[in-house]
Amino acid sequence: MTEMNMAHALNDALAVALADDDRVVMLGEDVGLTGGVFRVTDGLQERFGASRVIDTPVAESGIVGAAFGMAIAGMRPVAEIQFLGFSYPGYDQIVSHVGRIRNRSNHRFTAPLVIRMPFGGGIGAAEHHSESSEAIYAHTPGIKVVAPGTPAAAKGLLLAAIEDPDPVIFLEPIRVYRAIKEDVPAGRYLLPLGVAEVVRPGTDVTLVAYGAMLRDAGRAAEALATDGVSAEVIDLRTLSPLDADTIVTSAVKTGRVVAISEGHRTAGIASEVAAIVQERALYSLLAPVARVTGWDTIVPLKRTERHHIPSVDRIVAAVRRTLGD
Amino acid sequence: MDPLRILDVDGRLLGPSPLPPEEIRRLFAVLLTVRAYDHKASALQRQGRLATYAQFEGQEAAQVGSAAALRPDDWMVATYRDAAAMWMQGYPWDNLLLGRMGDERGGAPPAGVNVLPPSITVGAHMIHAVGLGWAEQMRGTDRIAITYFGDGATSEGDFHEAMNFAGVYRTPTVFVCQNNGWAISMSRDRQTASETIAQKGIAYGIPGTLVDGNDLLAVFAATRDAVARARRGEGATLIEALTQRMGPHTTADDAGRYREERSLEDWRRRDPLDRVRRHLQASGSWSEDWEHEVVTAAAAEIEAAVGRAEDLAPFGAGAAFDRMFARPTAVLEAQRAELLGEGKAGS
Repeated sequence: MTEMNMAHALNDALAVALADDDRVVMLGEDVGLTGGVFRVTDGLQERFGASRVIDTPVAESGIVGAAFGMAIAGMRPVAEIQFLGFSYPGYDQIVSHVGRIRNRSNHRFTAPLVIRMPFGGGIGAAEHHSESSEAIYAHTPGIKVVAPGTPAAAKGLLLAAIEDPDPVIFLEPIRVYRAIKEDVPAGRYLLPLGVAEVVRPGTDVTLVAYGAMLRDAGRAAEALATDGVSAEVIDLRTLSPLDADTIVTSAVKTGRVVAISEGHRTAGIASEVAAIVQERALYSLLAPVARVTGWDTIVPLKRTERHHIPSVDRIVAAVRRTLGD
Repeated sequence: MDPLRILDVDGRLLGPSPLPPEEIRRLFAVLLTVRAYDHKASALQRQGRLATYAQFEGQEAAQVGSAAALRPDDWMVATYRDAAAMWMQGYPWDNLLLGRMGDERGGAPPAGVNVLPPSITVGAHMIHAVGLGWAEQMRGTDRIAITYFGDGATSEGDFHEAMNFAGVYRTPTVFVCQNNGWAISMSRDRQTASETIAQKGIAYGIPGTLVDGNDLLAVFAATRDAVARARRGEGATLIEALTQRMGPHTTADDAGRYREERSLEDWRRRDPLDRVRRHLQASGSWSEDWEHEVVTAAAAEIEAAVGRAEDLAPFGAGAAFDRMFARPTAVLEAQRAELLGEGKAGS
């Protein structure tokens, strides 16, 4: 165990994967010489060579498409797109090819690749750099979508994503890259994909969150605890496939659910959580499911970004509504 | 830029043949076979036994001549109009037919056939051949990847990204553009202001070769050189094969709305099969009986494949859930149960 922030934990996971498996290669813009814009791949090119940690031209479709070809040929590529908001030029490759090859070849060809993308706002970045449009990818068949919220989960899920026989979009919450430190297991450490985790047990209300919002859900639970409200916090970890059983079990126990997502509300991850809860736990509910999300607006720039990203206050207020306060 | 031509329309050699006579004879039999398939598939579509079909008549030499230059283990990434090239590289008629019948098993050629199912979207697949070849380069094999596309696909941004990556990383990739004059209704001169597509290679540091795409021997020679160059680790080549789509875009298209029928007259004189036949006739290695024998055998082989494909029982209602991942997720299992009426809603 070593205390690490998420950027270090991800770097550690990538180093383990590159060292353990010759088939693993990394490619992306500025991932080698500079170690990536967030330094997640720092030192890896030096250690593993420029033929395994590959600096590419500025071409998201090319990066995803080339990684797709490599994966079919038996490699385990880990592609990096600099920001989720820059992934759209590569979206056609993902939706038209990466997510479809197993189906359209009836398992004859498969594409075990990982596409890493930093996502979410909160650091006052330029336009397009603060997107939280993960629902687009969760809506796409044939790919798994993972979004860790803590350093240890980031490492365990990334190594599992690289080992997974199918394509995985791996979303890294920008504002917690360096914000949280925790003990991270050394060496090869895997967490199962598609499994959510109850990170804080409680009895009065369930807060369902992921990515950077997990930290704020925890803060809200702390604040509520001082007022005698016991909030259970679920870290979704994987957005597709969603772990419905963990959500439903908790909803049945607490009777109240607040679904939290930084993404836009309409057809978003929080909406999917709400739908699952009403389909499978309606008669256990003591209040309507509340959604706390980013709005259906373009993410505002630095000066007013804070009004968009769900705050601890908004989460607490939503819990209060479910409690009838 | 004058296109490379080795066999003229009268079947006369303009230079040394890149293939021995018996190999030319064998490839003529292949040309007859793939044309028989093309006609059969069109007929099946009219009978409602195949979904929309994209004919390749007129482009047989471009596909057969290029695929003849490959090793059986080379990768191929082609499109819906490239059945001839795919079949030559080992993709069975059964699979090609099943794909057009609307069965995902069509996309699964036998083990050892390194041919991806045909790309239906235009342009995005070229970079896959770059990635496939790149992976072989990383592993130190001398396997190469060939990709087929049309003149229309060169207008897609992905053409640029594929060519650019191939140039920067010197990947063992052979780009074969079958410039058949048309992208559905849009003629070649509306796709690009470039005099040729081959010259686009220059911008990427990739050699570009212009060939008479209806000349089996020229296409073979150009591809043979490109494949050898890729195998030697010297990088990619762009080949532009000048040809003509003699039919409509697909069986769902009416080419009469945008193309004058008489514009095809000159192309009919340049038919890719006729000139090889004339060549064989001149050397006395062709007879009507032999051609009839070849076509009859091909028709029987294709008919047998049609029978097998039509006899294959369709997938069951819930089979789609099995094709998404190595193992279906709990979410997919719940949806399958819902479809089959076994489960509770949602999950």
